[in-house]
Amino acid sequence: MKILPVLPILLPMATAVLSVLFRVDERRAHGVALGGAVLHLVAGILLLATVLEQEVLALWVGNWPAPFGICLVADYLSAVMVVITAVIHTTMIVYARLDIDPQQVRTGFYPFMQILTAAVCGAFLTGDLFNLYVWFEVILMASFGLLVMGHRPGRLTGAVKYVTVNLISTIFFITAIGLIYGLTGTLNMADLHTKVAGVENTALLTAAAMLLMIAFGIKAALFPLFFWLPAAYHTLPVSVSAFFAGMLSKVGVYALIRMFTLVFTTNTGVTHTTLLVVAALTMLFGVVGAASQMEMRRILSFHIISQVGYMVLGLALFTPLALAGAIVYLVHHIIVKANLFLVSGLVRQAGGAFNLKHVGGLYKTHGLLAVGFIIPAFALAGFPPLSGFWAKLLIIRASLESQQYTLAVLAAAVGLLTVFSMTKIWSEAFWKQSPTEDPKTPVKHPLSAWMLTPVLALGLITILLGLFMEPVIRFAVFAAGQLMDPQPYITAVLGGGR
Amino acid sequence: METLLAYLVGFMFAAAIYLMLSGVLVKFVFGFVLIGNAVNLLIFTAGRLTHIHPPLISQGRTTLTTPASNALPQALILTAIVIGFAMVTFLLVLLYRTYSRTGTLDADDAPFLEEIVENAPGTASGSKPNESDPS
Repeated sequence: MKILPVLPILLPMATAVLSVLFRVDERRAHGVALGGAVLHLVAGILLLATVLEQEVLALWVGNWPAPFGICLVADYLSAVMVVITAVIHTTMIVYARLDIDPQQVRTGFYPFMQILTAAVCGAFLTGDLFNLYVWFEVILMASFGLLVMGHRPGRLTGAVKYVTVNLISTIFFITAIGLIYGLTGTLNMADLHTKVAGVENTALLTAAAMLLMIAFGIKAALFPLFFWLPAAYHTLPVSVSAFFAGMLSKVGVYALIRMFTLVFTTNTGVTHTTLLVVAALTMLFGVVGAASQMEMRRILSFHIISQVGYMVLGLALFTPLALAGAIVYLVHHIIVKANLFLVSGLVRQAGGAFNLKHVGGLYKTHGLLAVGFIIPAFALAGFPPLSGFWAKLLIIRASLESQQYTLAVLAAAVGLLTVFSMTKIWSEAFWKQSPTEDPKTPVKHPLSAWMLTPVLALGLITILLGLFMEPVIRFAVFAAGQLMDPQPYITAVLGGGR
Repeated sequence: METLLAYLVGFMFAAAIYLMLSGVLVKFVFGFVLIGNAVNLLIFTAGRLTHIHPPLISQGRTTLTTPASNALPQALILTAIVIGFAMVTFLLVLLYRTYSRTGTLDADDAPFLEEIVENAPGTASGSKPNESDPS
């Protein structure tokens, strides 16, 4: 199946068109979106299975040979990211059944969501820098649409911050593209890998690399460019915020990993050392920022930032083990973080508020919800045997092997502070007596299966990932090997595949 | 010619950054338009500026014989212009809506500084969260 790499982009696009037609009828729109999401998931798994067999898949769109045409490339990392996107997308569509009100469906929630998914997959699969820029813009446009839906107070000011900062990021991105094209005459990533080595003006090349780092750093919410994220995410509908939290900042991390393993490896002394410092500060500031918050989704937003720090740390150390750790972390984090955001919606449902001061006593009244929270929470904090433990272990071990002892200590300490935040949510929302209700006659708000099932399903995936970590790590090590030695990738794109 | 354009791009960047940092969001829009054009000029310059020969391969040959400017950056700019246009349109509508809600577009004013927006507790009734107000 030659067309396989393009399916994860085409299917959601087609579903988007279909769901525009059905947007008046809430139930049918949901049915169409869910069907599209499941098909997308199947396509993603097929792609992953094929990539496992053939290592790298390349597709020249329009049959223009690389480096002139745009090509889609699926290696291990791309394929696994596509599958994770599909998993999160499917679960959040299930959750959206009751989370999104009819008015938002009519405004076009499902089409926006599908286009966003298509664009995220496009960003993971493209092998062309300018095409990556275009996908980033599509992501932005779709996320803008989702951001301003509905009338919750504070949403518009949050959206203004999100929009302006992200627009600046695209400006940095395209400036870097202009410089890189001027220096090398190509924008195909595989072609860039070979051409970059021959560039004489290395100072300008490093400047372009730094511009790209800023652009992707804003997307990934790295220190000191993270302020827009906690300002915007808590104003979104819960299911949308789960997708944003899981996927969008990770697109930035993916782009960083791709560019700084495939293209910009000639001057690691500057680029990767900068990333190292930035990663350390990101971990620290994210977790400290979370400590002072009382709104559940803002706590979780700050934790996205600190967790992104771990992934970038894995990239910055630039050893095979560290990269494998970063990949495991990506997979683990996307599932866990999306799950926690979904849980926050259920906490609001059950307790009446996102603010931890106003809820309490959920452990007594909603046992299943407590289970649904405690799995991702402690996976995030890094408790064995859940997936977060292994991801953290790999990163810390890699930093020890690279003799970055301070960073290893910092990574462990940040894990400890994460426990602090998670136990804060636990004791406030679940153990504390409810501040509004009489403890003797607890009112039990019923939770819908549409919302509880996705939470428990993602929790199950977290547990399974933790228990069957060995094949996952083997996969990640192989994927990291592909990133460290991109020769098969380049051959698949440029040489003789046709 | 390249030097001149380089200075122009630099100047436009400086002016745009000044506008964007002013803290007034309408000025931000102007800055964004300006910086978008500056970047387009930058890409244009990166493709070299030769206006004497069109980049056409003469008959019987497979490569260009005369130095010509690269046509690809110009195609890239077209894409960037279209995307930038859409972004500016969206930004203007967003700012208009924000202004009609909050009555201000100064980023230092209270509506933009408010960190926590929380509805009163105990509003969750039934299975559907109350996402929207009646307006």
